[in-house]
Amino acid sequence: MDKPDSAMKTQLRPRALAQQMLPWVVPISLLIIWQWSSSAGILPSRFLPSPHAVFRSFFELSASGELWAHVRVSALRALSGFVVGGGLGLLLGLFTGSLHWAETLLDTTIQMVRNIPPLALIPLVILWFGIDESAKLFLVALGVFFPVYINTFHGIRSVDRGLLEMGRTYGLSGWPLYREIILPGALPSILVGVRFSLGLMWVILIVAETISARSGIGYMTMNAREFMQTDVMVVGILLYAILGKVADLLAKGLERYWLRWNPAYQTAR
Amino acid sequence: MPVTCSSTEITTAEQRRSRGVSVAIRNVSIAFGERTVLENFDIEISAGEFVAIVGRSGCGKSTLLRSVVGLETPQAGSIIVGTLGEHHGKPDVRIMFQDSRLLPWRRILPNVMLGLEAALIPQARKVLVQVGLAERANDWPATLSGGQRQRVALARALVHDPNLLLLDEPLGSLDALTRIEMQQLIEDVWQRRGFTALLVTHDVAEAISLADRVILIEGGRVALDEVVNIPRPRTRGSARFAALEERILGRVLQRRPVVEEPVIENQW
Repeated sequence: MDKPDSAMKTQLRPRALAQQMLPWVVPISLLIIWQWSSSAGILPSRFLPSPHAVFRSFFELSASGELWAHVRVSALRALSGFVVGGGLGLLLGLFTGSLHWAETLLDTTIQMVRNIPPLALIPLVILWFGIDESAKLFLVALGVFFPVYINTFHGIRSVDRGLLEMGRTYGLSGWPLYREIILPGALPSILVGVRFSLGLMWVILIVAETISARSGIGYMTMNAREFMQTDVMVVGILLYAILGKVADLLAKGLERYWLRWNPAYQTAR
Repeated sequence: MPVTCSSTEITTAEQRRSRGVSVAIRNVSIAFGERTVLENFDIEISAGEFVAIVGRSGCGKSTLLRSVVGLETPQAGSIIVGTLGEHHGKPDVRIMFQDSRLLPWRRILPNVMLGLEAALIPQARKVLVQVGLAERANDWPATLSGGQRQRVALARALVHDPNLLLLDEPLGSLDALTRIEMQQLIEDVWQRRGFTALLVTHDVAEAISLADRVILIEGGRVALDEVVNIPRPRTRGSARFAALEERILGRVLQRRPVVEEPVIENQW
């Protein structure tokens, strides 16, 4: 610590750089090994295409516009399912969290339904909705509903009693009390539910699209299997990974903005 | 029971009555389940008076304060804040808790503004200046020290220009130096604004240095009601201060059984 400034700089800079590079060492090495074993013929392309082939087919698909059509369809399904399911979960969570009689009335039922995996309903859903858009919307909405509901409920219940008491002595009640104290107090928990359900959203959509769809990334991937286009299949799988990461980054961004008052989120990267 | 003011204090006491309201607590009984906390409790506080309530943990002093502001409902008796003709409209009663209870998701100024219209921002800024935190108006509560947070809580109460300020051990979790600083601030604000103040504390020295009257609660009743006739500003070292502290402490400790928890509350 008592080293002169210049020495500190030359010592710290490379170390900081190494710190930033470290997480990428493993994925980049894997990519290099993958490419090498494909080019060397150890890894047959009908088993797994080379990274180069994946990139090529990615550019071909996006140039023809086919890829974006599928991405748009999938993203729209995911988003609308999330809005419907998450919105309902939020509303119902606020409702049962704030009113005791609503909890008594609804919570047992919701907890029972929660234990049914949404994907177990696929046969029934196909029977009800066919392989329409509404089937996917229903499955995603159902899956997304529960994490948002439970975390909203829990968030409302764990709002600091002391702050509620203080708010009441300052004459807050009804909507002002909700806006000033209950909602912001429940927000960290609600956002946990949102992040969790964003992950679940993609999982359910992948399965739903793989089983029954005429468009979307899952359809593209399954279709490619018919023709043994392993490169297209890998593009589809990677797209899910990227879209999932984007959704998570958005949720993290919301967390960092809305919870900026919380020291735990101020330094979080 | 009524206060007798020394001649030097009369003028300031008169001024205080203009804003302060009287509090009449009559025959109040509060019980939590089987446990009786207050029984036929009776005190009268005149307008503008600073009254400190001392007593051991669990003697019901916080419960009393909470019932004045309406957070507890007594099973029997009445609590009347302000009498007819003394004040126009509903008297404004504010409470300060041991923890600051600032909203962590609001910056300092909006915290002070809680429950107020935006038109009163200049008022809120003025009060922040008064508690010495004007430059922290745009900071988050998490970045403030415990003493600073309590000063914000005081500002939040003061901006409403209360007629009665209830202080529920507001300095209990502060270090000794910050405590003395805060005591001076509270005394200063009280003298300038003239509200009625009701302070609950563990600390007999704190009670004596701030209050016109010290009330000891024991077994749910008033065990001691002592007028503090020491001119302000009071110095802790003075002989009268020490003698009074000795007397009240002696009374607090008198009934203590030997086997009970060690005395840590009042060692100053």
